Amino acid sequence: MSAPIKPGTGSAYARILGFGGYRPARVVTNEEICQNIDSSDEWIQARSGIVTRRWANDEETVQAMSVAAAGKALANSGVRADQIGAVIVATVSHLYQTPAIATSIAEELGAKGAAAFDISAACAGFCYGVGLADGMIRTGSAEHIIVIGVERLSDLTDHHDRSTAFLFADGAGAAVIGPSDEPGIGPVIWGSDGSRAGLISQEESWNQAFHAGGGAEWPHLRMEGNPVFRWAVWEMARVAEQALVAAGVSAAELDAFIPHQANMRITDAMVKALKLPESVRVARDIAHQGNTSAASVPLAIERMLETGEVKSGETALIIGFGAGLAYAAQVIRLP
Amino acid sequence: MAYTEQEILSGLAEIVNEIVGVPASEVQPDKSFTDDLDVDSLSMVEVAMAAQDKFGVTIPDEEIKNLKTVGDAVGYIAKSS
Repeated sequence: MSAPIKPGTGSAYARILGFGGYRPARVVTNEEICQNIDSSDEWIQARSGIVTRRWANDEETVQAMSVAAAGKALANSGVRADQIGAVIVATVSHLYQTPAIATSIAEELGAKGAAAFDISAACAGFCYGVGLADGMIRTGSAEHIIVIGVERLSDLTDHHDRSTAFLFADGAGAAVIGPSDEPGIGPVIWGSDGSRAGLISQEESWNQAFHAGGGAEWPHLRMEGNPVFRWAVWEMARVAEQALVAAGVSAAELDAFIPHQANMRITDAMVKALKLPESVRVARDIAHQGNTSAASVPLAIERMLETGEVKSGETALIIGFGAGLAYAAQVIRLP
Repeated sequence: MAYTEQEILSGLAEIVNEIVGVPASEVQPDKSFTDDLDVDSLSMVEVAMAAQDKFGVTIPDEEIKNLKTVGDAVGYIAKSS
């Protein structure tokens, strides 16, 4: 029988209702990084804009940082945990293959019974999650959703690799997303390029690392900096422009540009490539946070909201890009 | 359209000046990008991208690392344009 199937119906629009972040307590200086690599504070700052970064301790687990960030986002949004219908966690550094960490996070938050799953889209993960949540709310799959970007990249960093040891860091950022009377999230422009999957990747599988028969190394993250720089700046500038066009927002109407905090040099070059007007405030959270992959966009937004650099109701362009090579961008209304 | 080596050199000098701030007059064929002109590997990518736009050439990633001196870049662009 071809029985008619009723489609889901949700809110006409979705928006972000609140942000929250968690920054690990331990501040790691460039001098400390240079104990393991032949480099200098001056070189690291010139190469990346990073002055200090944060690394998690044993208690600051993926789950603990996520719960702290999400709890703050819930408080800022005025939404109760029991109203949450789905928890989406973007991460590449939860070192358990299964189950998804999202289920334990939902439970600990008090979002009992919520749909919960992890996504692996690396540095694009948070923006992928926002795109998913927007669609889920508009089709009625959930009314309120928490999207979390969380990483403990220090666990996957080769602390003796002078090209990446200073870059990667830890933290969590979260957003509560819910129904809205007006559009609050523009169309997501996203994609991937698997032909360049090797530019940023784990060097070996867990299987190779543990069963290769001695001598195998911990599977660290590796990155080819220069090709990634080229892709991130010039190809991602086009993606950012497409997200603006899709949302019907001009660069002159934009209040803030909040790219993934990959490297200050990438941010600076993107701002140039996009020819953003000076009125657009640009996120530079990386200086004291390092590159936290999926966590970097919500952490940067949280900082800009807290310092008053951006205000509720303003319009921001967010973009995540990284391993995959996966990317996602959208225009959002700040809560 | 083909450019003369002199046109390419002066165009590159403008690009290097704009990206890293060294005076255009210092951008001479025998100068090393990294050792003499303060162009690190990320800035070199920026120089290559600007040169692509300016001269209508393609400079692949694997070619960028072969361009050690200004003269190398002038030669590559002259050959490719």
